[in-house]
Amino acid sequence: MSEELSFWRTYVFSTDHKTIAKQYLSLGLFWALVGGLTAYLMRWQLAYPDTEVPGWGFIAPDFYNMLVTMHGTIMVFFVAMPILLASFGNFLIPLMIGSRDMAFPRLNMLSFWVFSLASLTLLISFFVPGGAASAGWTGYPPLSAKAAYTGVNWGLNLWILALALEFASFLMGGVNFLTTTINLRAPGMTFFRLPLIVWMQITAAVLFMLSVGPLIAGAVMLLMDRVLGTTFYLPEGGGEPLLWQHLFWFFGHPEVYVILLPGLGIVLEIMPVFSRKPIFGYRPIIYSTIAAGMLSFIVWAHHQFLSGMDPRLAMPFSITTIIISVPFALIVFAMIATLWRASISFPPPMLFALGTLSIFILGGLTGIFNGSAPVDIYIHDTYFVVAHFHYTLFSATFFAGFAGLYFWFPKMFGRMMNEPLGKMHFWLTFIFFNAGFVPMHFVGLGGMMRRIANPMQYEFLQPLQPINTFITIASVLLLLSQIPFVVNFLWSLMRGQVAERNPWQANTLEWSAASPPPHGNFETVPAVYRSPYEYSSPEAAEDWLPQDRPLASPAAARQ
Amino acid sequence: MMASWFPENISTFGGEIDSLFYLIFYITGAWFLLTEGLIIFFLVRYRRSQGQRAVYVHGNNLKQAAWILVPGAIVLLLDLWIDFRGAEVWAKIKGRVPPSDLLVQVTGKQFNWEIVYPGPDARLGTPDDLQIDNELHVPAGKVVRVLLKSKDVIHSFFLPNLRLKQDAVPGRVIEAWFEATTPGRYELPCAELCGFGHSGMSGWLIVHGPEEYEKWVKEHWPSEK
Amino acid sequence: MDSRAQTLTSTGIPTGKVGVWWFLASEITVFGGLIASYIVVRLGSSGWSEAAAHLNFSLGLANTFVLLTSSLTMVLAFAAVEDKDPKRLGTYLGLTVLLGLAFLIIKAFEYTGEIAAGFTPAAGIFWSFYYGMTGLHALHVLAGVITNVILSIAAIGKVLRPNEHRVELAGLYWHFVDIVWIFLFPLLYLT
Repeated sequence: MSEELSFWRTYVFSTDHKTIAKQYLSLGLFWALVGGLTAYLMRWQLAYPDTEVPGWGFIAPDFYNMLVTMHGTIMVFFVAMPILLASFGNFLIPLMIGSRDMAFPRLNMLSFWVFSLASLTLLISFFVPGGAASAGWTGYPPLSAKAAYTGVNWGLNLWILALALEFASFLMGGVNFLTTTINLRAPGMTFFRLPLIVWMQITAAVLFMLSVGPLIAGAVMLLMDRVLGTTFYLPEGGGEPLLWQHLFWFFGHPEVYVILLPGLGIVLEIMPVFSRKPIFGYRPIIYSTIAAGMLSFIVWAHHQFLSGMDPRLAMPFSITTIIISVPFALIVFAMIATLWRASISFPPPMLFALGTLSIFILGGLTGIFNGSAPVDIYIHDTYFVVAHFHYTLFSATFFAGFAGLYFWFPKMFGRMMNEPLGKMHFWLTFIFFNAGFVPMHFVGLGGMMRRIANPMQYEFLQPLQPINTFITIASVLLLLSQIPFVVNFLWSLMRGQVAERNPWQANTLEWSAASPPPHGNFETVPAVYRSPYEYSSPEAAEDWLPQDRPLASPAAARQ
Repeated sequence: MMASWFPENISTFGGEIDSLFYLIFYITGAWFLLTEGLIIFFLVRYRRSQGQRAVYVHGNNLKQAAWILVPGAIVLLLDLWIDFRGAEVWAKIKGRVPPSDLLVQVTGKQFNWEIVYPGPDARLGTPDDLQIDNELHVPAGKVVRVLLKSKDVIHSFFLPNLRLKQDAVPGRVIEAWFEATTPGRYELPCAELCGFGHSGMSGWLIVHGPEEYEKWVKEHWPSEK
Repeated sequence: MDSRAQTLTSTGIPTGKVGVWWFLASEITVFGGLIASYIVVRLGSSGWSEAAAHLNFSLGLANTFVLLTSSLTMVLAFAAVEDKDPKRLGTYLGLTVLLGLAFLIIKAFEYTGEIAAGFTPAAGIFWSFYYGMTGLHALHVLAGVITNVILSIAAIGKVLRPNEHRVELAGLYWHFVDIVWIFLFPLLYLT
């Protein structure tokens, strides 16, 4: 594996999972900037309606709808998924299971280029006549099925195509992740010695692969309605608008766990390292994850309590929805129990991991309100829902994403990030996120609807406007708080202190490889002797014990 | 404290929704304080100090895992309680429309509520029907049955002060109902993205006292009795 | 450089097979979603049998026969792999390709007739589903045909070794495409 490859084969058309991971990371971070821009424009318009946004100009109502739509689409499909799944998954899975690369390296490369095509398609959709998609990231027909209803023609068609390409890309990735984890594990790496993040990634892959199909079908139908004149979703042609909602949410709900699970996985890897203690309840966590994954397929219509579907369906879906809180509660309790009688230090990865946990708890709890059908009558389509999903998704995507970047940066790039800047980044982000999104619950309870461009158009919302202004100020400060990270990341790439192999004294296999690992990852393929979380073990003098350290004696063969 | 965050409730079933909200609020509030409190306590109590080694606890056997399984069971029981309370409330509001005193048809159309009153004959589709856009006039203390329709895209009929929301879907007629307790003017916004005019799509619910309502009816159907 | 997809590994199942099965699982949910939608929407409305009566039953039946036969030739191709007979392999792969093309040609003929008679995709909800389901299926048949063309060229040119296992994998996909048609045919033509 030591042939010299050209620049193009090394950095652009690479089949090395680590390079592909970095490519996904770059695109994901680019889209995070675009997503942040949409947030800035929306929040300014909400706080100061119909004034010029500094650095931009006026926001017309149809453009506001495009911002709303693109913000959701970008953050879910072009930030969260490429960073949490494609980037961390690609980078870590082969290293953590002791393999030299993914099962299908060329398919892996293809998946990135299909994702790039999806990105290009979405980017182009901003510039076509009629503008970008504006029917919400949920794209409900008939609004999205007939161009006349939105005034958007090619923008919505390209939106559908971009999503279809993104789905294809992640299906390819899913095949790779699952096949690799099933078949390419190093000797001794049984399923119950896999790091939890690997379990989370493959559960997420299974959820994605089994849930996206109906939405692909639905998207094909929507595109046909728009372009070929079919009437799948148009009642005047015998079609059914609610059909889309079922197809969308059958995927949409498992999708949020597709995003959440890798995020939780990152936290579950980091916490034991900086607590110097095994993760509490490795097996209960795995069983909870599988249970949550299975349950996630039967909760979807909690997004549709008021949609016009048969009201008798509301209670069954309320029950499944409320039950799904149990496995996640178990995982949260397990994380907390890990801290008990631990020996905790607080570098940036740990701060962000703890931030993920504490923010996710609040998001999970507000989910209970939404899952209760009668309460949902009032809070559906209000900002209470927006607050709920930002607590869950922002924690999983950004807090966990940052935790993972600070933690694995030395392994990915061979350098250390600056710690004081990292801590500053954490505190600013934590404070301004909560400052912006706690009040959002209250404007939601006050009745403020989603996706409106100007709250002042409603008498009953005018008294809430000071809160909206406050949220905007906090949000802008939250966006600005990312500057320390950008500076730190870029500067450390070039000038960071050179990293050793295992700066955190962690047990999992990636820390046995060089920083960064070469093509082929390991000098020799490791053999695995124990579980990943043997910290402060009585068997070792130090408070860590790597998975691939040979056994001291035959009697020491435990697990 | 929280009561000030909701708009005034003038609905006969609104109080039950609000009570259910508070039940959930107290339960989730308790869990919030317990979990976050424990986290903060552990972070302070067990921060790294010289010479102290973490305790080697796996949590994989039943005895240790009980520490998370028992709280998990409590979560489940509280969840089910919330759902059983909710089932009753849901059945009452969405399960069936009680015998109604008044009928009205509301059709969403980009970007207005087209409201059709059946008139004194209480039947829609007859010559005495009257359409008034964006104004829903009802008497206080009477059950109003609403037939929701849409001429184009999905809209959502939202009466915050009545704690009522229901999507209006083209190709269907969906029934909703309410009984308003207090006269006054209350906003009727659309709560489902319906196009570039979604923001600002709103009407008014005008609840009249009995005499005022008589007057309003006479004004609009002068020749009838 | 070892052909990774062929290596037997942690579970003993060839890696390529594991990959293809997961891919097929996701494809099953695509067509599953489409078919479930068809069933649910159709159960809730009327007039579909009248519309379906305009389909050409004989051509649909012919296509069913064509696809079933092509699955047989695919199995025979795989048998030729096991018997290490590249000439027979090339023949049967080629036959599978021809049958696949025949399917597409018959389908195109059907579509032309239907559109000429005024039964375009915009002609009503039944037709929306008819074109959607058979169209998506036809695209999958086309993808299968292309794959089989590539494999048969490699077989005939004797460059398929050491990758003959790919015939089995392509066969799995081809049988899947056949099975989808087995569902579509009765749902569309027989009701």
